Amino acid sequence: MTPGLAVTGATYRYSRTGRPVLRDVDLNIEPGRVLGVAGANDAGKTTLCLVASGMAPAVVGGRLEGSVRIDGVDAAGLAPFELAQRCGLLLQNASTQLTHTTATVFEEVAFGPCNLGLAGGEVVERVWWALRAVGIEGLAPRDPAKLSGGQAQLVALAAVLALRPIYLILDEPTTELDPAGTALVADALVRTARETGAGILLVEHKTEVLARIADEMVILDGGSIVLAGPAADVLANPRLPDLGVEPPVRVRLERDLRAASIEVSAALREALA
Amino acid sequence: MVAFGVRGWTGPLVVLACVLASAAVAGVLRRIVPFMLAALPLVASILLVNTFLYPNAHDEIGRFGPLVPTWTGATAALQATLRVVAFGLSAAVFALTTPTNDLLVDLERRGLGRRGSYVVGSALEAVPRTVGRAREVAEAQRARGLDTQGGIRRRVGGILPVVGPVVFGALSEVEQRTMALEARGFTAPGPRTQLRALPDSRLQRLGRPALLGLSLVAAAISLTGAVTLP
Repeated sequence: MTPGLAVTGATYRYSRTGRPVLRDVDLNIEPGRVLGVAGANDAGKTTLCLVASGMAPAVVGGRLEGSVRIDGVDAAGLAPFELAQRCGLLLQNASTQLTHTTATVFEEVAFGPCNLGLAGGEVVERVWWALRAVGIEGLAPRDPAKLSGGQAQLVALAAVLALRPIYLILDEPTTELDPAGTALVADALVRTARETGAGILLVEHKTEVLARIADEMVILDGGSIVLAGPAADVLANPRLPDLGVEPPVRVRLERDLRAASIEVSAALREALA
Repeated sequence: MVAFGVRGWTGPLVVLACVLASAAVAGVLRRIVPFMLAALPLVASILLVNTFLYPNAHDEIGRFGPLVPTWTGATAALQATLRVVAFGLSAAVFALTTPTNDLLVDLERRGLGRRGSYVVGSALEAVPRTVGRAREVAEAQRARGLDTQGGIRRRVGGILPVVGPVVFGALSEVEQRTMALEARGFTAPGPRTQLRALPDSRLQRLGRPALLGLSLVAAAISLTGAVTLP
């Protein structure tokens, strides 16, 4: 068995469209590592999430050329509920992630494990673990319909974590969060990757978050990968603004200092990092 | 079944008494008032149509020009009204005293299945969600200059720009929610884990089939004419 979530030669078209939204994409998410993805609007980031999680074409439809293999198993041969246990998917819009049929956050997070028919004790243990991982134990008795956008996103993340997937595919999970919430999620992701060995594909337009937690990165443009490599190298690439990605503050600051002929010493660079 | 199946005054009055007693015990007596008010147009139409247009009734109450109300019509109108109100209020008390989540847990426990119970839950939640979304869209459109207040013509003209986004937004949400459900193992085979057991006393367990049987017997007796109830 080859460990890792491998997307190989993936070209994907939605139903009734001739134009591919993803073109010949190759990437590999290794257990315990965080792969960051950035790109301009319409670059194909959400579609990449759907393809990498196996939801496209299994649930969404469309046509996929190439393959997605999860730890050596072809995703095309797995049912959606089997995919869910291997590869958790969190979409941008938190309100559509929640079931809207549960009375408490606890029950909302328990929805997935209950679907799998796990023993009650294990469901409870998983729910508390997921709530703690995201730092929202205090929300457990709250009504999911009365949460803020940021809180709902954290609950949706906990709900995905409760399935204990080997890989996590996260499509802009911090979009609706304030800086404190963003930091909380980023910490939770790092902790999850370290403690569970989960591999994470994180689509994120906040490059500060990527700079903080991503090990490797790819930049998408027009459905193709145009930059790939260690996160620090990709985020320092001068082409980023042309590709619709704003570099992190540290990179911009270093660049501005150099432009002003101010030497950036190793100590300063370390301090900025 | 009793409200509509038992002839005369007995059926609707017994149901109405039971409903009001249940509402009082559950502490929702005041909250059913809006439901009663909402039923007023229907009640008015039933009363008017039956009182003035009841077929083959000749026991006139009086004459008001071409309109001739009859005692038979008025009696039928009151009975029909009581039936509708009793039925409507029983549904209202059920809705006010049963959390959606409890209903779904119980339906699933009784074998409806995860899909069936989710459909029921979604349908029940869809109304307030759609109303909320419509309000958001209307506010957004108003912020962009759409006039949705004032005269009827303006209000009607303001409906289309609101309906479109609400309908298309709901359709788009269905796809995303389907994906989200799949991503949470919704289609896994086998029974779901039930975390809570709803309280169900021995008296309730015995009472339900007993009441159902009693209702069936009462309706059968009334409809066959074996016993004439007032």
